[in-house]
Amino acid sequence: MLYREVGDFKTTYQADGQTFPIAFDRYRYYAVMLFAFAIMPFLLNDYWVKAIALPFLIYSIAAIGLNILIGYCGQVSLGTGGFMAVGAYSCYKFMTGFDIYIPGGEEWVRYALPPLNIFFSVILGGVMTALVGILFGLPSLRIKGFYLAVATLAAQFFLVWVFNKWEWSFNYSASGQITAPERFLFGHAITGPNTEPWATYLFCLVFLTILAIVARNLTRGHLGRSWMSIRDMDIAAEIIGVNPLKAKLTAFGISSFYIGIAGALLFSVYLGAVEVGEVFGIQKSFLVLFMVIIGGLGSIFGSFAGAAFMVLLPVLLKNVLVGQLGWATDIAAHLEFVIVGALIVIFLILEPHGLAQLWRIIKEKLRLWPFPH
Amino acid sequence: MKMRTLTAATMAVVMGVSPALADMVFPSLSYRTGPYAANGIPFADGYEDYFTLMNERDGGIGGVPIKVIECETGYNTEKGVECYESTKGQGALVYQPLSTGITYQLIPKSAADGIPLHTMGYGRTSAANGKVFNTVFNYPANYWNGASAVVNHLLDINDGDIKGKTLALVYHNSAYGKEPIRTLEELAKKHDFELTLLPVDHPGQEQKSQWLQIRREKPDYVTMWGWGVMNATAIQEAANIRYPMENFIGVWWSGSENDVKPVGEKANGYKALNFHGVGDDYPLYDDLKKYVYDAGKAAGAGDQKGTVLYNRGMYAAMLAVEAAKNAQEIHDTKEITPQQMRDGMEALVVTQATMKKLGMPNFGPTFKVSCENHGGPGLVTVNQWDAKAGEWNQITSYGESDMEVIGDLIAEDSSAFAKENKIKEACS
Repeated sequence: MLYREVGDFKTTYQADGQTFPIAFDRYRYYAVMLFAFAIMPFLLNDYWVKAIALPFLIYSIAAIGLNILIGYCGQVSLGTGGFMAVGAYSCYKFMTGFDIYIPGGEEWVRYALPPLNIFFSVILGGVMTALVGILFGLPSLRIKGFYLAVATLAAQFFLVWVFNKWEWSFNYSASGQITAPERFLFGHAITGPNTEPWATYLFCLVFLTILAIVARNLTRGHLGRSWMSIRDMDIAAEIIGVNPLKAKLTAFGISSFYIGIAGALLFSVYLGAVEVGEVFGIQKSFLVLFMVIIGGLGSIFGSFAGAAFMVLLPVLLKNVLVGQLGWATDIAAHLEFVIVGALIVIFLILEPHGLAQLWRIIKEKLRLWPFPH
Repeated sequence: MKMRTLTAATMAVVMGVSPALADMVFPSLSYRTGPYAANGIPFADGYEDYFTLMNERDGGIGGVPIKVIECETGYNTEKGVECYESTKGQGALVYQPLSTGITYQLIPKSAADGIPLHTMGYGRTSAANGKVFNTVFNYPANYWNGASAVVNHLLDINDGDIKGKTLALVYHNSAYGKEPIRTLEELAKKHDFELTLLPVDHPGQEQKSQWLQIRREKPDYVTMWGWGVMNATAIQEAANIRYPMENFIGVWWSGSENDVKPVGEKANGYKALNFHGVGDDYPLYDDLKKYVYDAGKAAGAGDQKGTVLYNRGMYAAMLAVEAAKNAQEIHDTKEITPQQMRDGMEALVVTQATMKKLGMPNFGPTFKVSCENHGGPGLVTVNQWDAKAGEWNQITSYGESDMEVIGDLIAEDSSAFAKENKIKEACS
């Protein structure tokens, strides 16, 4: 009833190849976009933005990034936390004025760029992460599966160690923390304490929208198809002319770019101050990995669903158990782990392909409804 | 994408609760779960029990009932942000997050929202300069006082000369653990001792290599900036390599019963700093027993009374209540705002008479807060663990720290912060 191709005639190749070929799907997509851009900014307050909207938007970007690598290209990575840290720290360096020291005469002379606009700082955070990602992606040409996972795990620990040790990366602050100074875009504060909820929300939403559309189209094009052929069988892919070097390294690079942007936004817009070991530890790598697996490997929608599941469910449970039922906070916190853990197990047993597959099945059913065969 | 609209709708239903604003709200950003729970629980219990006592015995502060909103952070900064945002709209008067990481995040927010932050013995040390950190307080003592107190104690037991001695700092590799380094480096220069730095990564269960290094290099003294599970692990490791416990001195966050008890007899003689009294030998405990414990209103499991961190939580609550009373007097109103609470904190005076009146004679040092000094006097004592008796003994009186060194460092660090954030140093 709701999902019908019937009567929805395509007259051009372009119309036939669009992202949402079914009219109802397309209208729903427009409605969500309209709601997200035109209505949500007016509804949000500080709590909603800080506790729900920003983490959802930022983790969605990270999940899309990791999904490109794992879901589309089949390269397992446990280095997400470390790559997010690269994004965050490079964003910090660029927004406070990237500096280098060159020996000149007696003393080292400091040369610094002027502090960049926050928008470009975030982008450059992504670019730096892409470079680091490609570097750590090199072993993927030789090793696969679990072995690659261990190699990326090394990246995770190495990068966290670097940002703890290398004083230049946190501008020699005594505490080793990086703190985002106040930065503006079009006259509105984006980082720092005096931000408007809608401004930070829209800033992240714009990033997410652009990146999601790009990812969707990348995965449907030449590059995405070469990734998927590598994922499905790398020897066969090589025989039909896919260059594994190019496919794997582009996957690492683009995936890291997304993850770097997520890290930069997490630090600058969402948290404001970051300590690398605590925020970008191994738990973060697993969190994003869970999002990708629960959401559905190889699906852009799955990345959104996974991020929503992992970010919103704990907050929802906390509000219900503590806020509504008045339970003790420690019991609620422990129960939260149990419920989220149990749901993950149940989901994976009932639907190993994640929430995205669930959504596909629902759509299939709706297509037949109300006259199933 | 549909997920977003769905969840937004559910959240709208859930968020529909907000309490009446008539009460005085003291949020308790506690952690009763995770690797730091062993230390988070007693503090949270003490903090809450004192407020319960105020409500039960005195009917609140100046007749206005107190409401404690507890929010579990798990020592995690992301959850800390969520807790701050969810409680600040409910009229929160003061935040005490008990986490240096969360403190760093809340410092700019507290200035923007005008809600004071009291980081008692933790947080950003240079917040002691109230001319820059208008809304942040860290009286009665801070990390740099602690670092100096360790060195002073070493000077004491070495007749004032520690030239050529070696000191190893075992620290939590985070903003918290890194705080004392600068001070210790300055003091090492001044007193000519050698400092070795040994970072331990979160959560702190993995310390074999650090203690192997101590075993090899045999430093004369070891000091520790640890928290949570890291403390007990370190003391256990020290016992394993038979490091003399009396040469091992922890900061006040590494000196609770939960840190030494797991090690048993071998922890005997371990020293830790403190800035308040220990044990339950205070008249206040009679009232607590009568109004809180026996009435079945104790927070948590109710088994923490008299422990070091329980007392500290209680002390934190006591100072908050005194500041609130102060604010009520200054502004001549019963229902104070966070800004008025801030004024009350800045004009806080704690004398022996105040503590006696509250049923806690000689519990802490006497001090006076002012705009120039949000950090208090920094008077610190040294406690020593008696494993047989199972109690901490105060072995020194409240001693001054080296304010000559610390004062300069505070001025330097706070002016750097002021420059970065374009704050003009001034007393309002």
